[in-house]
Amino acid sequence: MGNIVREHLLEVRDLRVSFDTHAGEIQAVRGVSFHLDEKETLAIVGESGCGKSVTVQTIMKLISVPYARLKSGVILYRGKDVGHLSDKEMESYRGREFSMIFQDSMSGLNPTMRVGTQIRESVMQRRDISREGAGKRAMEMLAQVGLPNPERIYRRYAHTMSGGQRQRVMIAMALSCNPKILFADEPTTALDVTLQAQILDLLNELKGRFGVATVLITHDLGVVAKMADRIAVMYAGKVVEYGDAEQIFYRPSHPYTWGLLSAMPNLKQPRKSELYTIVGMPPDLFAPPPGCAFTARCSYAMEVCRKEEPPEFFCGEGHASACWLLDERAEEALPPPGIPRLVREESVNGR
Amino acid sequence: MRNIERSIMDRDFVRLPEAGRFAHVIVRPSVSYWEDVFRRLGTDKVALASGVVIAVISALSVLVPLFCKYDYDATDLLHINQFPNAQHWFGTDAVGRDLWARVWVGARVSLFIGVGGAIVPQLVGIFLGGVSGYFGGWIDMLIMRVIDVGVCIPSLVYVTLIMLFMGSGPTAIIIAIAMTCWMDSARVVRGRMLQFKNREFVISARTLGASSFRIIFRHILPNILGQQVVSITSAIPTAVFLEAYLSFIGLGIQSPMTSWGQLCQAGSGYYRLYPYQLFIPGAFISVTIMAFYLFGNCLRDALDPHLRD
Amino acid sequence: MDGKFVEVSNLKKYFHVGKRQILKAVDDVSFSIERGSTLGLVGESGCGKTTVGRHLCRIYEPDEGAIRIDGRDISHISQRQCRELAKKVQMIFQDPYASLNSFFTVGEIIGEAFTIHKMFRSVKERRDRIRELLEIVGLSAEHANRFPHEFSGGQRQRIGIARALALSPELIVCDEAISALDVSIQAQIVNMLIEFQRTMNLTYLFIAHDLSMVRHIADDTAVMYLGALVEYGATDAVYGHPAHPYTKGLLSAVPTPDPVYERSHRRIVMEGEVSDPINPEPGCRFYARCREAEKLCGEVAPPLKKIGGNHMVACHACKEKEGERST
Repeated sequence: MGNIVREHLLEVRDLRVSFDTHAGEIQAVRGVSFHLDEKETLAIVGESGCGKSVTVQTIMKLISVPYARLKSGVILYRGKDVGHLSDKEMESYRGREFSMIFQDSMSGLNPTMRVGTQIRESVMQRRDISREGAGKRAMEMLAQVGLPNPERIYRRYAHTMSGGQRQRVMIAMALSCNPKILFADEPTTALDVTLQAQILDLLNELKGRFGVATVLITHDLGVVAKMADRIAVMYAGKVVEYGDAEQIFYRPSHPYTWGLLSAMPNLKQPRKSELYTIVGMPPDLFAPPPGCAFTARCSYAMEVCRKEEPPEFFCGEGHASACWLLDERAEEALPPPGIPRLVREESVNGR
Repeated sequence: MRNIERSIMDRDFVRLPEAGRFAHVIVRPSVSYWEDVFRRLGTDKVALASGVVIAVISALSVLVPLFCKYDYDATDLLHINQFPNAQHWFGTDAVGRDLWARVWVGARVSLFIGVGGAIVPQLVGIFLGGVSGYFGGWIDMLIMRVIDVGVCIPSLVYVTLIMLFMGSGPTAIIIAIAMTCWMDSARVVRGRMLQFKNREFVISARTLGASSFRIIFRHILPNILGQQVVSITSAIPTAVFLEAYLSFIGLGIQSPMTSWGQLCQAGSGYYRLYPYQLFIPGAFISVTIMAFYLFGNCLRDALDPHLRD
Repeated sequence: MDGKFVEVSNLKKYFHVGKRQILKAVDDVSFSIERGSTLGLVGESGCGKTTVGRHLCRIYEPDEGAIRIDGRDISHISQRQCRELAKKVQMIFQDPYASLNSFFTVGEIIGEAFTIHKMFRSVKERRDRIRELLEIVGLSAEHANRFPHEFSGGQRQRIGIARALALSPELIVCDEAISALDVSIQAQIVNMLIEFQRTMNLTYLFIAHDLSMVRHIADDTAVMYLGALVEYGATDAVYGHPAHPYTKGLLSAVPTPDPVYERSHRRIVMEGEVSDPINPEPGCRFYARCREAEKLCGEVAPPLKKIGGNHMVACHACKEKEGERST
């Protein structure tokens, strides 16, 4: 499966990022690999502090340099290494090839500039286009993101707008130069459910219209189910399971994924019954444990989990999980109720 | 890879007895807020250097007058206007007083006024601003109106009036400074108070039944204090300078008592002939002001590392 | 209606913002909670649900209306009586970072209640009680000397719960107590709250915008929109047969962790955003966003009307439908 060398739109291999603090090194990202193809949506799911945002910020070169360090790893965009570009070289990628929207729409927009002007300026910076042309483009984008009365919105300032409107403006700005990849870092976390639904619908619609591939970072599995073609589940700085949406939701094979899925209350469960939980909390990446980082919280932990990091085991086309339970020597594990039994593929481990 | 494979035995694939039980263990060492601040200060070279300068000047101002063989007010008309030499390290002034002794006695006065002139208005400001911000209502109205009127009057007008009224000792100078500077800190503290009043930990203390006194002093003030310590350190140079200025225009410390400002004033008349009489105390003022200023900056960074980004 | 542990009737709280601008944060809200049960209060941000919760702890004094807890009206009580109220009503907060004073150790945070109320006055008693509380919430005695910033969000929330339990209250207002936590941690906290309710016979007002957790924990659910209740009733009724268009839209907007369902079903999209709560126009507050709005809705605000059991809805359209059904 892995033998066929195919050029992906974006490929990240063994990315490692550390933060240097006075007390020592915090290993925020500890060997993350994934890829993204044209026009697809990849969701990176995980709890806060699992390294999902750092991963994306590293690709966008947005991490603060003196404290954060890209230790190793390759970032390939259309086969070209973009991991070690200078800031100036990266500048030509940002906006035109990669674009990003944030959770906090206020900090993504300049409060002293009219939002239309802001979009116009960012278009002019990245494209050889006249002022009028850029202005027209900005207006067109504001209409594209479903803002009523774009002429009026064009002249407004970010702080006079509501959260939902600002998020739309940010999306308009991000897509104004037709980027190939859109990184969306928790784009709806700060919004209420009804606004979240609107923004997600909009993102799905624009994805089709602009043909942009999306990397969606979120902790909300509901959002993932709605948006993602493929999913990478991250835990403690590593991808522990990846696969397409059906595989992850209907045939998950990592106990952490089981836990995430079961911890959400569902309609079949009687009210006030005990919810399935993952005990404890993620490890401090200041001193990550040897072996599998999930061991301390895993109800299926074995001796081996403490000793050795699990390799990737393939459990289906494009579906892999880093868990020793998939080794043929492990005894069978019974997943929590509602999760189908583990299917072990014949294929040997991945690498 | 193969090595790993070999080191893993079949018996390793046995479920751990403690699987699924989790103990909350914290791996990082425990650090309190102030410990963290001091650690950050300790690693900052500028903070260390300016801290050392401040410490040395303060220590010498205490020690030198105790052990110096000349009194600061002993005149010696046989040795007037001597340039710095082995006997008189900083030379002597127009009536033969030893400047080395006078500079350090002056340091005592200047530093006392500097520190006092920074702390006293700050305390007044914290109290009035805190009351104003926390309780609101008519008391807030009253204090704010007083400040509104107060800031309209040029501070030199008060200072001159107070100095004329109270004489020209160090205490009078501190009071004069306090009268003009409390208003700024009261405003700042009031703002911070308003900001903290609705923070969740304060609401929580209220639901526990804590009294207003307890909330202000145990919950809100410690959170504000850090920033106020910074403004005290940065107010010291202002106070030192204000004292120098007052003495220079003749309103401040009067001879034979002395301060750096008074020394400068005395030396300014003949600075072409005896430049050391002006420039030595002048250099002390500059170095001290700069040291406090730099230290204040470092302290601010140490208290809130996010400010740097 | 007597015998209810918490009874809030016609609660009103208006804030004056600027000149002649009135923010009707809570406008004529009534509900009751039975002892040992949970009322879920849901709504979007800015709908006034937190303000309602804070009234129960007497952080706010109501402009109008009455709040009775265990039969006693607490709406206008003195500061001394507020202190007594603290032993009955406690609160758990949303932001586990902002709700703990970073200058206190965990032991000081939990023990503060004892200092204020002069309980457990010997050092040993106090230490034992703090240890006991820490263990109840799944932490251990060693944590008492640590500072809040050394803990993760979930652990901090546990500390907040221990603090709320210190005075053995009967009612706990959970103000978005799990919203800021990760999914796996949310379930831990909810399990803990449910267990405490069972063992200590606690009553909860569970304020949240996460509808799925509210369905799991709440016996009754109240839906708020711009300061007023729009729907109120047993959780099964509200979730199973939502009557108000806003409730329907809200429920439909919650994404479920099921990709096939998510891609196949059509949601009721609620257009627009919550309108400005300052100086609202007459009529139904949901009028501007409502798809079923009629002329009447723009003129007269609909009152809460019973549509069966204790299920109540504030909507002109629903009342008519119900009228048809009953005839």
